[in-house]
Amino acid sequence: MKKILMPILAAGSILAFSASALSADYIIDTKGAHASINFKIKHAGFSWLTGRFNNFDGRFSYDKSDISASNIKVNIDTSSIDSNHAKRDKHLRSDDFLDVEKYPTASFSSNKFIDKGNGKMEIIGDLTFHGVTKSISINAEKIAEGNRKDKYLAGFSGTTELILKDFNIKKSLGAASTSVYMDLHIEGIRQ
Amino acid sequence: MLRNTKSSYGLIAKSFHWLSAVTILALFISGIWMTDLDYEHFWYDYAAHYHESVGVLFAIFVIFRLLWRQINIKPNFSETLSVVELKAAKLAHNLLYLLCIMIIITGYLIPTADNRGLDVFTWFTVPSLGSFHHQQADFSGKAHYLLSWGLITLSFIHALAACKHHFIDNDNTLKKIL
Repeated sequence: MKKILMPILAAGSILAFSASALSADYIIDTKGAHASINFKIKHAGFSWLTGRFNNFDGRFSYDKSDISASNIKVNIDTSSIDSNHAKRDKHLRSDDFLDVEKYPTASFSSNKFIDKGNGKMEIIGDLTFHGVTKSISINAEKIAEGNRKDKYLAGFSGTTELILKDFNIKKSLGAASTSVYMDLHIEGIRQ
Repeated sequence: MLRNTKSSYGLIAKSFHWLSAVTILALFISGIWMTDLDYEHFWYDYAAHYHESVGVLFAIFVIFRLLWRQINIKPNFSETLSVVELKAAKLAHNLLYLLCIMIIITGYLIPTADNRGLDVFTWFTVPSLGSFHHQQADFSGKAHYLLSWGLITLSFIHALAACKHHFIDNDNTLKKIL
């Protein structure tokens, strides 16, 4: 019995140790709202209009010793757009802009993580938004990772620019508002 | 005469009726027009502001109108009306009032969904009751839109019926309110 058990236990512990050397899986902490998907766009050229998407979820896989092996997937409920103005958000949800009835979800799926050193990285992936799938690049950086109470957390920030025309957004918001700038913050809880 | 009699509506009821008709038509047309406006259009914001302001004033007016209706006698329906026509007329009239009230409520819930009060011209602001539904502006907006088409359609039928009584039956139905 011992002759079979020991090798099995040994194999098991090796696997356990090697698991921690591979990518770790994280779930984005939307329950605790320690993540946000924010946007800003010019208001007729006069000021920055900001807002966010309140409902989304996602997971990512990350290992600081091999950043290129990371991946991330995020799904966004487009109807959760919130620019703090009922009438404006109603218009944004309509088919003039987001058309949330037709496209209730937007999603991002990464294809490549490029390590730029010092915790900085470039994440290239497919964004499916308003019925269009397009490759985009997110400029990201790790804020910090480590133990917190009974959990292991890793936090990141990222920015990207989306050209509205690229995603077939019907109505124009003016010449100064052809792009919307995304400001992304995520905190993952290691699983 | 100002008050209703058994054979005719009074001046007050008559003016309430036609004022409502004009206001409802104006609110309907402005509502359809304003939601089609381009973001750059000068009237994009103003049209909604005037539509909402008139809507609130109309709401107050409807309350008065309903009260006036309660404390007044109702003129008799013309004797030419059949039992079916009598039932239909009462149902239609009650439905017209009910639609008005529901349109007013759903309309109010759109701009106040974000806790902002509703400005009535520059005179006063109706406070928001907050959000009851997470997609309130959209949900209420759809209801407001559909109910409004219902009201306009019913009003059209109401007008056609009055003409039928006036031109075909030659009774006093239309004359009572003119």
